[in-house]
Amino acid sequence: MAGNLRELLSEEELLKFYEQMVVCREFEESCAEQYSKGHITGFLHLYSGQEAVAVGCTAGLKQTDYVLSAYRDHAQAIVRGADPKRVMAELFGKATGICKGKGGSMHLFAPELNFMGGYAIVGGQFPIAVGLAWGSQLQEQDRITACFFGDGSMNQGTFHESLNWARLWDLPVLFICENNFYGIGTEVHRASAQAALHRRTCGYDIPSEKVDGMDVVAMYQATKRAAEWVRERQRPYFIEAVTYRFRGHSMSDPAKYRSSSEADVWKSRDPIPNLSRRLLEEGIADQARLDQINQAALAQVREAVRFAEDSPWPEDAEVWNDIYV
Amino acid sequence: MPEMTYRDAINLALKEEMRRDQKVVVYGEDVALYEGAFKVTRGLLSEFGELRVRDCPISENTIVGVAVGAAMAGVRPVAELMTVNFALLAMDQIVNHMAKVRYMFGGQISVPMVVRMPGGGGSQLGAQHSQSLESYFMHCPGMLVAYPATPADAKGLLKSSIRTDNPVIFLEHELLYNSKGEVPEDPEYLVPFGKASIMRQGEAVTLIGYGRMSILCLQAAQLLEKEGVSCEVVDLRTLSPLDTETFLASVAKTGRAVVVEECWRNAGLGGDIASRIYERCFDTLLARVKRISGLDVPMPYSRKIEKICIPQAEGIVQGVRDLLNESY
Ligand SMILES: Cc1ncc(C[n+]2csc(CCOP(=O)(O)OP(=O)(O)O)c2C)c(N)n1
Repeated sequence: MAGNLRELLSEEELLKFYEQMVVCREFEESCAEQYSKGHITGFLHLYSGQEAVAVGCTAGLKQTDYVLSAYRDHAQAIVRGADPKRVMAELFGKATGICKGKGGSMHLFAPELNFMGGYAIVGGQFPIAVGLAWGSQLQEQDRITACFFGDGSMNQGTFHESLNWARLWDLPVLFICENNFYGIGTEVHRASAQAALHRRTCGYDIPSEKVDGMDVVAMYQATKRAAEWVRERQRPYFIEAVTYRFRGHSMSDPAKYRSSSEADVWKSRDPIPNLSRRLLEEGIADQARLDQINQAALAQVREAVRFAEDSPWPEDAEVWNDIYV
Repeated sequence: MPEMTYRDAINLALKEEMRRDQKVVVYGEDVALYEGAFKVTRGLLSEFGELRVRDCPISENTIVGVAVGAAMAGVRPVAELMTVNFALLAMDQIVNHMAKVRYMFGGQISVPMVVRMPGGGGSQLGAQHSQSLESYFMHCPGMLVAYPATPADAKGLLKSSIRTDNPVIFLEHELLYNSKGEVPEDPEYLVPFGKASIMRQGEAVTLIGYGRMSILCLQAAQLLEKEGVSCEVVDLRTLSPLDTETFLASVAKTGRAVVVEECWRNAGLGGDIASRIYERCFDTLLARVKRISGLDVPMPYSRKIEKICIPQAEGIVQGVRDLLNESY
């Protein structure tokens, strides 16, 4: 990303990006700790390394836009505005969780934030995103649907069916692929015949671009531009965000299938120090200000853990609630 | 006989059959390099190479469809669906293709293939990853359904599944993978389809289970023994074909039956088994047939409430006590 940050965004916006990324990182690293203590169980997929995508993209959308995600959804929910306390409580399985403890890590949901869910079936969110977009178009709402998904999910039938449909009916969907190069342990070129993923949309006549997913400002700019395009033309668009997950696929994955040197190269491109360096270089913030943000983020996440620990378990009778209206 | 885990017994069956028959191939999501999401395919890639052990895209319907085609072409594919939950994406290939090809082509071709899938609940994986869909598969004619409870049966049934010319749905329980038991070393050790096993002899009541539910039945039987109640435990082993004769004979002997199903109660397999008992053992029954089932709710994540949605040994014990207090 060339150019001067100051010319692109206000100081306030840039510091907010920084803060949000730090909160997400602290949240995820704290989840790992809580998992090792047995407080969080089941599957836990962390987002560390990919923060620039959620933060940059969310900033490029309107709060009224719908957002959907897969099971790597904590950061997506938090950046949208979900209270980290209630997200953590959900991961603990507590009654105060964002889904009353019924959803867990992979199924966060916050309709008041237009965060329309994390889904654990790979590719399950594509048709739902198309349907939401149709619904808002029919009701003439000024709203687009941003659908986040991993590189691996592009091999599901739902991906192809949904892209075709979105273009055929010209629906306002912004497809955002988070290409972190792996679907569990399978590298993208071993699963996708066309490994340049953004090129896979030409069969559906959907324009696409590839963006540096380690650069929060680049993600923001691309999303903002694309979202406006989608909103104006009422047509789907596709962004491939090139990123990396620093941890294994989930807590049970030691990530032996990739070399430590590969991970090191990507860690040297960590979006957080990447942004802080530029903030310092351009005199937008000094180290004291950044430290203050880091401390506040840590405190916020600690409070979330405390809240989750102190929260009550769901009542047994709760299993029967929410099945039917 | 060596002791080994359920996981290793399945792994051994795969290796033995791949050694025996060059036509046996294994593929699925992350089965090769990653050695399986549950590490069941450990060591296969290094022993058999990438032509016979392959990773594939996250495309479940196609995974099953490719097995159908490969089987029609003369290969003997063993496909892994990462979990039974994803079989729902493949239901078209399973129900409309895999189970129909032989029949609708007038028996001119068969599809010798196996689709292995782990499943079941109890690991706090949430509603989309904790399902027990065995009744779905049992309902569909044209394919066999195996669900081993012990390491020995896991080996013997998988080997039979690979050798039969029929398409097989092979269910594995995620919570059984680390369970241990003696497993015959004989590479010709085969457990036939449609032959339930009496895991334990008893007089007062018959507990009928399958998969992990059979293990819970055994635990319940041990607890009840201390109360002086003698339980017979029947492990169905295969759900299609279902060995009706074995459990009917047992119920005829004990006069009481408790059916334990991990799946949902509504239209679950327990209802079917109970009705077979009523149809054929009505005269000899000393009490109504008791069903212990998974609750009819999507599985919640929180461990506190997940537990009450899945049958537990204590619940089976209580069910038996209730039954013994009842009579017609
Ligand atoms: C239908 C289905 N098949 C398989 C899985 C198991 N699974 C969970 S995550 C995953 C990999 C997905 O990779 P990708 O879409 O690239 O997302 P990432 O984990 O990289 O964020 C797989 C195979 C699943 N959850 N759903």
